Amino acid sequence: MTTYSVQKALTTVLFYVVTITISVAMFLPFFWSLITSFKPSDDIFSMPIKWIPTKLTLEHYRSAFTTVPFGLYFWNSFVLAAAGVLANLFFGSISGYAFAKLNFRLNKPLFRILLAAMMIPGIVTMIPSFYVLKHFPLIGGNDLLGAGGNGFLNSFWGIILPGASGSFAVFFMRQFFLTLPSDMMEMARIEGCKEFRIFWNIYLPLTKPALATLSIFTFQAGWNSFLWPMIILNDPEKATIQMGLQAFSYNHQTDFGPMMAGALIAVLPILVMFLLLQKYFVQGIAFSGVKG
Amino acid sequence: MASIGKLNRHQARTAYLFITPTMLLFLAFTIVPVVMALYLSFTNYDVVSRMDFVGIDNYKRLIDDALFWQTFKNVCYYAVIFIPLNILISLLLALLLNFKRFGVKLFRTMNYLPTLTSAVAAATVWIWLLHPEFGLINNLLSYFGVIGPAWLAQTETAMFSIIMVTLWQSVGSNMVIYIAGLQGVPDYLYESAKLDGATALDRFRYITWPQLRPTTFLVSTMSIIGALQLFDQAFVLTQGGPGNVTKTPVYLIYQQGFNQLQMGYASAQAFILAIAILIFSFINMRATKSEESIV
Repeated sequence: MTTYSVQKALTTVLFYVVTITISVAMFLPFFWSLITSFKPSDDIFSMPIKWIPTKLTLEHYRSAFTTVPFGLYFWNSFVLAAAGVLANLFFGSISGYAFAKLNFRLNKPLFRILLAAMMIPGIVTMIPSFYVLKHFPLIGGNDLLGAGGNGFLNSFWGIILPGASGSFAVFFMRQFFLTLPSDMMEMARIEGCKEFRIFWNIYLPLTKPALATLSIFTFQAGWNSFLWPMIILNDPEKATIQMGLQAFSYNHQTDFGPMMAGALIAVLPILVMFLLLQKYFVQGIAFSGVKG
Repeated sequence: MASIGKLNRHQARTAYLFITPTMLLFLAFTIVPVVMALYLSFTNYDVVSRMDFVGIDNYKRLIDDALFWQTFKNVCYYAVIFIPLNILISLLLALLLNFKRFGVKLFRTMNYLPTLTSAVAAATVWIWLLHPEFGLINNLLSYFGVIGPAWLAQTETAMFSIIMVTLWQSVGSNMVIYIAGLQGVPDYLYESAKLDGATALDRFRYITWPQLRPTTFLVSTMSIIGALQLFDQAFVLTQGGPGNVTKTPVYLIYQQGFNQLQMGYASAQAFILAIAILIFSFINMRATKSEESIV
């Protein structure tokens, strides 16, 4: 018996040693950039490492916001990510509802095509999407045939529209609507309820956990996207936080204090969102990852 | 009967109305672009004026384009190391953090946090961590008497650095997927195996691993698609250097298309990359032999 409990205690100790080591190592980059961002400039380059700064300073945060218009970038990214969330929630849920709950002849084939499209790598559609946006008829000085102007280039619409109703949002919401019973729908119809109201007032409120999860995914994707905004937006006034951050690390090669401050600010909204909605988040990943 | 037919027609009309916005966007930004990608790859489209049909000229040019094949080689090297490590580490993490012990939730969160960061923010932080003189990594190495390299500036270590950063960023989310997969394995399998005297290793080999096949399929497919399209980290960490060793196909396509405006040629490159992704995904599908389809 004693050898058994000794063995048990040993595995517990081993478990904690290994887990804590790994977890601390994974967390270290956050911690390191955090203390760097608060260190006075002299401490940043002191050798050996100063784990505890001699004094804390907000100087790097100040210069992050003054050397580049970081506040503006932050706002631009926020607008783009929020628009992406709203569009995906609405279009994703209304289409998902139709695919899950309504009978129509093209239901299965259209849904299959949507799903298949999820497998297409983004790089294939990158250049043609650019072309479509540039030559969108009657937009941005274009004529009916899409010639003459710049279409949606250099406008936020060029980012919002291509991502407004992702296949993933439709798929994700459909899976959730499938789990809801259909008899409420029939009852409402007998009562003479209009189809949109059935969706909006009866079914949609029941999908709050799914909507919360989808919001986090979509917001994170929008906030973190880099290549596509870099292609579409040329006006420095319209740059996103990721573009700003990149320019920052490139132009101010030695200013590591402001760089770390900027990187942390860029991560902050997602971090706060995650900590607030953690429960939904993990559920959502499990849901989309396994149930398929 | 007549009223049922009427209801069905009404339902169908509503349904088409509900999916119209999605379908229009899907048509404009997926169907049309996919068809166009193929067409553009046979033209000399340059944004400004030209869009003549040039046949297979772009593809002929590709064959002799040393830089294009170099980027392919780079990304294959990356994928061959990154994907197995990604699966292995996230699976080990999941096995470890699937135990119900005090504090496990906190440890899961700590391992998950890196996946929330953007590629650009993560890369920015790692530029500082990997700084040859003042960076944390080389300082930690110096405690052990090891003189660390100039990670991002040396051809031998540049790609390795990118692998390190992307692993740090991606094992967390795959860990969560694996934990969900582990929780789906029925307990009675383990119990009966224990009765038969199977060791922990046997149980992993004959129960856990086969049961996790759909999960592994999902994780590996996503890793392949993501890895072959590596861009953000390579762009921020090394700008494709030193000496093009970290330049990836997407990076090259971006430069060719949007800096040099050779969109026709860039489309041909994108198309070849897409086919490569398809082939690798297909091989992976056969290798993981998943009977159930995932999506």
